Amino acid sequence: MNTVQQSEQAFDKKDSKLVISHIIFAFVALLIGGIAGLLQGLVRSDMIQLPAGIGYYQLLTAHGVLMALIFTTFFIIGFLFSGMSKTLGGKLLPRARTLGWLGFIHMGFGTLVATVMILLNKATVLYTFYAPMQASPFFYFALVFVVVGTWMSAAGMIYQYRYWKKEHKGETTPLTAYMSIITMSLWVIATLGVAVEVIFQLIPWSLGWVEGINIMLSRTLFWYFGHPLVYFWLLPAYICWYVMIPKIIGGKIFSDALARLSFILFLLFSIPVGFHHQLMEPGISPFWKFLQVVLTFLVVIPSLMTAFSLFASFEIYGRSKGAKGLFGWFKYLPWKDIRFFAPFMGMLIFIPAGAGGLINASNQMNAVVHNTLFVTGHFHLTVATSVTLTFFGITYWLIPAMTGRKLTPKMHKLGRMQTWVWVAGMAMMSGAMHIVGLFGSPRRTAYSDYNGHPDAAAWEPYYIIMAVGGTVLFIAVLMMIYNLYKLFTLPKGYEEYPIGEVSDLAEKPPKLFERWGFWVSIVVILILMAYTIPVIDILNNPSGGSKGFVTW
Amino acid sequence: MHIHKLEKIWLVFGIGMLGVFLLILGISTFSYGLEPPSAHQAVNMENLYDTPPFDELGLNKLNDKEYEAILTAYVFGFNTGDEEFTVPVGSTVHFKATSPDVVHGFEIPGTNANMMVVPGIINHVTYTFDEPGEYLILCNEYCGVGHEIMQTTITVK
Ligand code: HEM
Ligand SMILES: [Cu+2]
Ligand SMILES: [Cu+2]
Repeated sequence: MNTVQQSEQAFDKKDSKLVISHIIFAFVALLIGGIAGLLQGLVRSDMIQLPAGIGYYQLLTAHGVLMALIFTTFFIIGFLFSGMSKTLGGKLLPRARTLGWLGFIHMGFGTLVATVMILLNKATVLYTFYAPMQASPFFYFALVFVVVGTWMSAAGMIYQYRYWKKEHKGETTPLTAYMSIITMSLWVIATLGVAVEVIFQLIPWSLGWVEGINIMLSRTLFWYFGHPLVYFWLLPAYICWYVMIPKIIGGKIFSDALARLSFILFLLFSIPVGFHHQLMEPGISPFWKFLQVVLTFLVVIPSLMTAFSLFASFEIYGRSKGAKGLFGWFKYLPWKDIRFFAPFMGMLIFIPAGAGGLINASNQMNAVVHNTLFVTGHFHLTVATSVTLTFFGITYWLIPAMTGRKLTPKMHKLGRMQTWVWVAGMAMMSGAMHIVGLFGSPRRTAYSDYNGHPDAAAWEPYYIIMAVGGTVLFIAVLMMIYNLYKLFTLPKGYEEYPIGEVSDLAEKPPKLFERWGFWVSIVVILILMAYTIPVIDILNNPSGGSKGFVTW
Repeated sequence: MHIHKLEKIWLVFGIGMLGVFLLILGISTFSYGLEPPSAHQAVNMENLYDTPPFDELGLNKLNDKEYEAILTAYVFGFNTGDEEFTVPVGSTVHFKATSPDVVHGFEIPGTNANMMVVPGIINHVTYTFDEPGEYLILCNEYCGVGHEIMQTTITVK
């Protein structure tokens, strides 16, 4: 009985190949990005000087691109494909899988070209590539390949979803698949902005077909994409928190319908808000900035819902095991299970991380922290810890589930050690970044003593802590790479792909939640509301376009 | 859709706090004039140094203890005219800046003076210096290989 069930549940070989390829690519990016990060920390504290004409900003460009864009995107697409395969029919349709491979090839090719251009010092423009700094056209073409590749993968997932819907008329889409479709829709809507920027502004301008570029328009298009980007990182982690963690701890999903509602709210309120990255910029009126600040803060609502439902499922589980008192359930959680422990540390760190985000977005308060290391400290907690540790936690069961292996107690232990080292390194590095940022130390800046100015001298001790923390963090990257290797050598067996069940009391989600036309229309209306007038204003700027500059 | 009683309390409280918070932000922005730097005035990049006010860089005294400081941020420095800025203690200074090349930042560490300096548009920020000292002004937006050396000072005495 047991063996039949196991072989039934074993993952489709062809699908696991697609998933594993994405995951391995992601970890290679993490390793190279980690080397850059380590060196950055050492340079900023004046401990080393870079050899052989490598520039600090070249490293920083590589770090930003490989970490923020490549590691995350490859991991997410691989993970979401695995969930689509698992919950929508047990395997991918041939066409969906083909689209996945096409996407992988395009993204991979784009990544290689972009990396080469960065190494050749032809694209030292950081991962935000702000005009009028002008990179080689090859760099911009490479970005197009990456983005178009993700669209192909999105098309593959949507194809799988629509087919399933046709075959299962009237049924509710499994939660994992539903959340994945929202995540990819958010991504596609968001990347339209950066695609317009790259294809219609940067490429013609870098090829010399047009002379001038509208700088404020390019920045606005970038940040139209740049904020939802952070939710694109976060939502897959939320899928793990909402759907997988309850199963791993042995509990139930608190409320299926509320989980879906919170994802819808994230979709609505994460796009029309890019101005909170441009609060210190001229050319946008305070009214429109404030409007987008208000919309930004509305994601507080789904965040509160998420926090409630996660801790509710923890508590319900603990109490079902006989926990007493207000917090007695806490010790019933499976602390030794790395599939739980790593994402849980991610959740915990999301509390200070989220608080930092509220500060950043607070309109005039932004002036205190804008472009200081506080911001860098903030997103090393959000994306580089909450999201990244959750992705690591996923990896520990995903790889065995894909390869027909079984986690061992030793593997759990290696994972827990890796998590602790990461948290310790990050606490030092990010903590120091937050504090020195409040004192005004700028981000994206190589070592400088500002001609011996006393303000800058006071920053130096924090730089040392940053460098030490960064080094510990790099050790944690190496440990993770080792663990990944170990995962491929685990004993053969069966590891569950954890999909949570909904608690018996929960009801069916309303039909309205899957009327995509309706939700996308609301997104479009919100975007038009938030952006139309300020963009017209920007287009009317009479100062003319700017030529390109190569300042590195 | 059923919502658990405790979750209702949690959400009502949370959303209520959010409302209060946004109200405070909005009131301080629009009634107390604490708007983020958002000037709107376009300027031609090509002959920037022939165009007012950038044809005369430096400090202009507007009133007793009120100054206008005209400067540009360029690769890789701040152009403050013939000399670095010096003002008496208690002065309010309106900084007006733009860039002849790429995007830069303008930040005075230890104060709330922080703005983006974007070519083609003038940005403003105002700060009142109540303490004497030599304040560092630095660029906080990556602008190229010499970004970390961009600096000037404003002396308050
Ligand atoms: C070994 C681990 C890591 C170390 C030592 C490290 C270190 C650093 C340092 C020192 C900076 C800032 C430099 C500056 O502003 O001058 C930085 C920037 C950044 N890091 Fe990391 N980091 C690590 C891992 C990560 C991870 C895992 C992610 C994301 C998944 C990440 C994303 C970023 C981003 C997006 C930036 C900003 C780049 C920019 O400003 O253009 N980092 N990192
Ligand atoms: Cu944002
Ligand atoms: Cu600069």
